[in-house]
Amino acid sequence: MAVVTMTKALNDALRAALEHDPKVLILGEDIGRLGGVFRVTDGLQKDFGEKRVLDTPLAESGIVGAAVGLAMRGFRPVCEIQFDGFVYPAFDQISSQLAKLHYRSQGRLRMPVVVRVPFGGGIGAVEHHSESPESLFAHVPGLKVVACASPSDAHWMLRQAIACDDPVMFFEPKRRYWEKGEVAADPEPLFASRVARTGSTATLACYGPMVKTCLDAAAAAEPDGHDLEVIDLRTLSPLDLGPVFESVRRTGRLVVVSEAPSEVSVAAEVAARVQEECFHSLEAPVLRVTGFNTPYPPSRVEDYFLPDLDRVLDAVDRAMAW
Amino acid sequence: MSVHSDRSGHDAPGQGASPPVAEAPAPDLAATQPRAERSPDDGAGLVQLLNPEGERVPDARFGDLVADVDTDALAGLYRDMALVRRVDREATTLQRQGELGLWAPLLGQEAAQVGAGRALAVRDMAFPSYREHGVAWCRGIDPTALLGLFRGTDNGSWDPLATRFHLYTIVIGNQCLNAVGYAMGQRFEGRVGGGPASADEATMCFFGDGATSQGDVHEAFVWAAVYDAPVVFYCQNNQWAISAPTAQQTRVPLYRRAHGYGFPGIRVDGNDVLACLAVSRWALDECRSGNGPVLIEAFTYRMDAHTTSDDPTRYRLTGELEVWKLRDPLERVRVHLVRSHGLGQEYFDGVEAEADALAARLRAACLDLPTPGPERIFSDVYVEPSPPLEAEREAFLAYLGSSDSLEKAGE
Repeated sequence: MAVVTMTKALNDALRAALEHDPKVLILGEDIGRLGGVFRVTDGLQKDFGEKRVLDTPLAESGIVGAAVGLAMRGFRPVCEIQFDGFVYPAFDQISSQLAKLHYRSQGRLRMPVVVRVPFGGGIGAVEHHSESPESLFAHVPGLKVVACASPSDAHWMLRQAIACDDPVMFFEPKRRYWEKGEVAADPEPLFASRVARTGSTATLACYGPMVKTCLDAAAAAEPDGHDLEVIDLRTLSPLDLGPVFESVRRTGRLVVVSEAPSEVSVAAEVAARVQEECFHSLEAPVLRVTGFNTPYPPSRVEDYFLPDLDRVLDAVDRAMAW
Repeated sequence: MSVHSDRSGHDAPGQGASPPVAEAPAPDLAATQPRAERSPDDGAGLVQLLNPEGERVPDARFGDLVADVDTDALAGLYRDMALVRRVDREATTLQRQGELGLWAPLLGQEAAQVGAGRALAVRDMAFPSYREHGVAWCRGIDPTALLGLFRGTDNGSWDPLATRFHLYTIVIGNQCLNAVGYAMGQRFEGRVGGGPASADEATMCFFGDGATSQGDVHEAFVWAAVYDAPVVFYCQNNQWAISAPTAQQTRVPLYRRAHGYGFPGIRVDGNDVLACLAVSRWALDECRSGNGPVLIEAFTYRMDAHTTSDDPTRYRLTGELEVWKLRDPLERVRVHLVRSHGLGQEYFDGVEAEADALAARLRAACLDLPTPGPERIFSDVYVEPSPPLEAEREAFLAYLGSSDSLEKAGE
């Protein structure tokens, strides 16, 4: 298939979903005429009308709260939250209603709702536009949480998330929006992690924007004799750690990489599970390379905050030297 | 008449456009006084069709909307309220006896709920908060189905789609946005404005005076207005949000807030079942015909505690309760049925006997509610199974079956 940017791959996915199912609706701020601040929804309102692609009031709780009611009525709403830092007003509706209604109703109500959130830093943005809140949502039972890393995954994972009968938080690495890649002809399973690069000396587990960082690190480490395996987690809830366990049993070393602060995070959960399952295979403690446990910093210093190739390889060196 | 019928862009006669700031009137002094010194809202401007003395009040606008309510129908409304009150009292007793963990009493709000509930058509949708036992009754939900939530055996056992009555929503105000979304769906599906012979639908959303301070209720008003959603916002102003009086939530009477959002707001005597029925019928028809949304403020009083965990004597005076006892929603209907419809005592005795039987059935059903097994903890979290959760479930059930667990249970 074609080589496209991630935004185009997402746009194509939304278009396909709108064409495939008349119950699919898209809701968000500035997504109609403007096409979204990142142009992910470009042209969709023009082609599908204002009742399918809704420019909403500026109210995130409203977006998700209305989506819950629309889902009860049989619709499949796809919500766009404009930036990661603006998702918090919707947290109540997401955690109290969206995540729990299937459970509370003993399965009578389904919430086939997707909440798309552009996340992560690295674009020089002002505050509240560069955050990585995915761990907050992975901590909420009833939600499924995924993060895409490539145009192909962006396309197929979004189509699969829309087809899923559970609510899905869909995190898009905004600094990778403009990078191009080929969209595969067929999808991989949605809730499955994937070996992005095979290797034998140590394992890197990552997701979203850090997948490219880790692949770059693995390429840079090759001349030093490191053969790093890179696993794109893809699904953060439920975690699919089978490939990680299998990899760590071979390499004996794991570094988990994410932009989110390390404490009580997805990365922390991966580390905990790996020591439970692979205790006797580990040659070194599981290490984490993450953003710091601070608010996201002013963008002029974000390059220090964001895990980069050097920090990843420094952790690999520490794991190897253990 | 207290109806603000003007909609955005169409100011009502005599109201005109807002003056420029320089010419704007001075602020209302009463509104700028310290909160404690403001005179309490006395419910001025409400629609009333049956006064506390049991006398019909003529009303040119709403009287006709209940012209079909004959002796049998009015007796039926009385029966609804009496049975619902009895359910409420029995459930309160069950809580006191340790059979329910909690109960949220509706005492005093029977007319507000039965009037609205009986105005709903089967095809309409209702979104309750957690006190709408009277609306549930009108939706055909057996009162025994309400108990599981409060006994801790389930989170609401009825089918929200089949009964067109959503599960109770405990997080204050959440359901208002969900109701608006549902109503938007009704509109998108073309079930609004089709004319009287059609199967047009509306949604009714129940919440209290306390909820009006929540951001979700504000957003719900905004969204409903922007999308012309066929939703009736039915606010039961029972004067108290646990210990906070309505003055703690608002400077203006709540129904007047609708004006600012661009849709009609109306205040009704929430202790007058006929007025609640009439105003709800009007509002639902407005919504079904495409003129939604509408805000109704049912001005009523919470005669009992917020929940059985609450002690209202710590924050309100008994004198207030005595005043509202004189406005009892059942007594005025009983008096009217006796004096103006010639209904005999045998009817009320019959309702009393029926209430006794219902209370006995409720009690028996409560004690018989099955406690779910530990597997319930893990069921229906997801539609599509989550492997880690399945593993957690299997591990715990295996642990329960093991001797370790049995020893613990025996200790």
